[in-house]
Amino acid sequence: MIDGFGISRRRLLGTAGMGAAALGLGTSLLPRTARAGDLTVGFIYVGPKDDYGYNQAHAEAAAVLKTMPGIKVVEEEKVPETDDVAKTMQSMIELDGATLLFPTSFGYFDPYMLKMAAKYPNVQFRHCGGMWNKAKHPMNTGSYFGYIGMGQYLNGIAAGHATKTKKIGFIAAKPIPQVLLNINSFALGAKLVDPSITTQVIFTGDWSMPVKEAEATNSLADQGIDVVTCHVDGPKVIVETAEHRGMFTCGYHANQSALAPKGYLTGAEWNWITVYKEFAAAAMAGKPLGNFVRGGLAEGFVKTSPFGPGVSDASRKQIDAVKAEIMKGGFAVIKGPLKDNKGNAVVAAGAAYPETAIELESMNYLVEGVIGSIS
Amino acid sequence: MSAASDTQRSAAAPVQTGAADRLYPLRRALEALGSPVLALLLSAICFSIFLLALGKSPADFFSLMWKGAFGSAFSLGNTLQRAAPLLLTALCVALPAQLGLTVIGGEGALVLGGLAASVAALPLDGAWPPLVQLAMAIAGAAAGAVWIGITGLLRSRRGINETVASLVLSYVGIALFNHLVEGPLRDPASLNKPSTYAIGDANMLGPLPGTGLHPGLLVGVIACVLAWILISRTSLGFAMRVTGGNLRAAQLQGLPVARLVMLACLLGGACAGLAGMIEVAAVHGRANASLVAGYGYAGILIAFLARHNPLAIIPMAVLMGGIGAAGGLLQRRMGLPDATVQVLQGFIFVAILASETLYGRFAWFQPRGAR
Amino acid sequence: MDAAGTIIVAMIAGALRVSTPFLFVSLGECLTERAGRINLGNEGVLVLGAMVGYATSYHTGSPWVGVLAAAVAGALLGGLHGAICALARVNDVAMGIAIMLAGTGIAFFFGKPYVQPSAPHLPTLPLGFWSDVPQVRSALDVSPLFFLGLLAAFLLHWFFRATRVGLRVRIVGDSADAARALGLGIDRIRLLATACGSGLAGIGGAFLSLSYPGSWNEGLSSGQGLMAVALVVFARWNPLHCITAALIFGAAGALGPSLQTIGVSKGYYLFYAAPYVVTLIVLAITVRPGRALRGMPGELSIGR
Repeated sequence: MIDGFGISRRRLLGTAGMGAAALGLGTSLLPRTARAGDLTVGFIYVGPKDDYGYNQAHAEAAAVLKTMPGIKVVEEEKVPETDDVAKTMQSMIELDGATLLFPTSFGYFDPYMLKMAAKYPNVQFRHCGGMWNKAKHPMNTGSYFGYIGMGQYLNGIAAGHATKTKKIGFIAAKPIPQVLLNINSFALGAKLVDPSITTQVIFTGDWSMPVKEAEATNSLADQGIDVVTCHVDGPKVIVETAEHRGMFTCGYHANQSALAPKGYLTGAEWNWITVYKEFAAAAMAGKPLGNFVRGGLAEGFVKTSPFGPGVSDASRKQIDAVKAEIMKGGFAVIKGPLKDNKGNAVVAAGAAYPETAIELESMNYLVEGVIGSIS
Repeated sequence: MSAASDTQRSAAAPVQTGAADRLYPLRRALEALGSPVLALLLSAICFSIFLLALGKSPADFFSLMWKGAFGSAFSLGNTLQRAAPLLLTALCVALPAQLGLTVIGGEGALVLGGLAASVAALPLDGAWPPLVQLAMAIAGAAAGAVWIGITGLLRSRRGINETVASLVLSYVGIALFNHLVEGPLRDPASLNKPSTYAIGDANMLGPLPGTGLHPGLLVGVIACVLAWILISRTSLGFAMRVTGGNLRAAQLQGLPVARLVMLACLLGGACAGLAGMIEVAAVHGRANASLVAGYGYAGILIAFLARHNPLAIIPMAVLMGGIGAAGGLLQRRMGLPDATVQVLQGFIFVAILASETLYGRFAWFQPRGAR
Repeated sequence: MDAAGTIIVAMIAGALRVSTPFLFVSLGECLTERAGRINLGNEGVLVLGAMVGYATSYHTGSPWVGVLAAAVAGALLGGLHGAICALARVNDVAMGIAIMLAGTGIAFFFGKPYVQPSAPHLPTLPLGFWSDVPQVRSALDVSPLFFLGLLAAFLLHWFFRATRVGLRVRIVGDSADAARALGLGIDRIRLLATACGSGLAGIGGAFLSLSYPGSWNEGLSSGQGLMAVALVVFARWNPLHCITAALIFGAAGALGPSLQTIGVSKGYYLFYAAPYVVTLIVLAITVRPGRALRGMPGELSIGR
């Protein structure tokens, strides 16, 4: 799933030294100068590296990358989506000699990463998200992302089998397309098991709000909802609170089964090491890096957590069967006829959007069966 | 009346010196310079002990610190970039402080200022960019002024404590900002990061010519100088300082205390709002959650470190910017957690604020011949 | 249950769950302010208490030892605040912000290794055993720290009204001149009041990490420590009123998520801001211009 665009070895291996010298910074500043073949990779995280969630998923992959010969990894955590991140990138380039940067948070792309990419044409920038566009953005930048909605679809099937009240819940940060796709996939997965299942959504308003996340979990439990999943940066509090309330949970971002030994069903996890290895290997070999790299379960970009004890045999069978279908490619969760939860038709009969469909990236509706609104 | 107003009195009240003591201003400056430097040294020593206890080398730490903050043109640029928004948010604290008010709600004023600025640019799409920028600046400053002005109004009309009111209003302001950015004012095309409509590339403030530096730096420095002139060279500033020094005396003299309170709050709020406008116009290009970056809170500390002297805000903001700029390098080279910088800042703030007690302790610095 | 019932149960449950840290922090702030000093650093104390409590519970296996350790850590940090503010000309508002920065910094610095592990939690008291309604049972699953907080509020109330030491604290807070005339050690009393107050705030932090939401991470506090200053004004410096204030803030915190479950899903940011708006309205209604707030200690730097 890599749409490569050629980048010459010369462009790629242009050293930080040249960049720094061009800026008139003098040589005293230069770090251990990179030997040809050696690669310094910079990772930037928006939150703490050990959040049991989004940032941890990236940091775990970075830790694996660190062990590969010839690769040096520099990391910075809790970098806000302001000019600070531009300065962090610049500092990694100028002071550490990084030639491949992974700013992992969505908000890093525009304008910060683009600004730096224009300033340092010899450095490669790859951003986690789906923003790169050949017509608009330079060739030393690019996007990579995983189709994790399929993971949430499988979560939904597990939830559909596990729920007794036919009411399941989803705690989300903000109503943005990525999140809406996850909510809808989860709800549709459950409806595959039983079309009468409803999915209650609660938005907490921000990516890391532990007290609100716990409150949201409790208010879902009070409503009789017995399976919950989420899309926030660190699902730890939600998974723990749900376990305490005797609910089932489906994980997200990383494997949270240790936090809920009884109630953890399965989870949709990132598997970024696949992507990072690919990029690093290409960079070291002087081959072009992809600019628009996507992948799902089949490509190993996304994986599912091992089944927990609450998953029935019937559930396992169905999940494995659907997963096998997904692995074949072309599988569509969002397909017509599909109505949103206000009764409007959003996908016409016969139309189908597989995970690669660009239409999914501007999703602005909640499907029928989801309780909640995106105001 | 306690420490807050005592500080005000000594810092702001005009000092009568005898003609014989021409060197007094110099000694006073030395005193003002001496105790923070002493405090910095002390906090550096304490922090070194902290590092040694953790088995890290203080020498490595401070040399990296220097390298990351001031050691090269790039580092210095990074430092100044970070200092830029803090100049204006510190003024939001320092101006009301002349009256003895402690306003800590600059964050709310900043984000609402940024929001107002981004909204003001929309109807003017296609107009002459400097005009758009002027409208944005006015809108941003006005929104900030209104927000801190509410605090001033509550203070002067209802007697509600400004520290509590501004803090609470700041939370309300941020909630309002989030609601508007993700609701009514959202650009539907801002898919995964809800934002207002972009102000357009033409309307962006470019970096300062020849330096690549944040334009807020120039605006901030100008604002600091203007604030200094207002406070120390005008009769209005004199009235503010008298009120801050002794409220009763000011009332007895017939100074319009309530109006002065409003004025200081409006001006301070305008500064914070302007900081928001500059962040939008120079950095983000639109208003979104990135604006809520804690500049308002950092400004409080800088204002106190500068003892509410607008000119002293400049070096203090640079110091803080420098520590922030070096933080990343420390993470990457020494494997120290990101919170290291925060610990160091905590040490420095505690030490510098405590050093306040040294003022006036040493006779050598005091005026002579004036009895 | 119908919509109104849902909201009411949710708000009661929310009040019982979310109010405890507010209660401890506001009681601590109340004690400190009654002695004539303000401590904005309680935010840092809260976060430090949360980290130390969690780490201690993890290492010792006993969450109660964790609570104790959180109180001690809070008292130490508060003691630092108290000691420095005793120096002439040091501004207690600014120092509080510096303490907040230092406290959260230290907590984050040493808290890194404790984000991942699970520490033993505090037990809860199943007071809803009589009910068959699961919502009620769960709502009444109350942390013993909540009752400890109630007890602390009554004790503090009694302390101010009926004990000699309490009277001394009040004198020191109301008039330094009177205290000096009586030969009271102003600085010592304020130092102790600040340290004890921060000890209470530290327990509030331990509640966050060991009870609800019950895990340690850097986003744990959402400004409860800072809001303590507003809560105390709200409570008129009366420890018993701190209970009311904390319950209202807790209930208001539960309003946002529970409104969404009954279908009110627009403007959740505004619902989340409800407690702050309520504070402002209460302040605006109850404060008389030109007069000090009733109950406010005369020596407090924030009151003029």
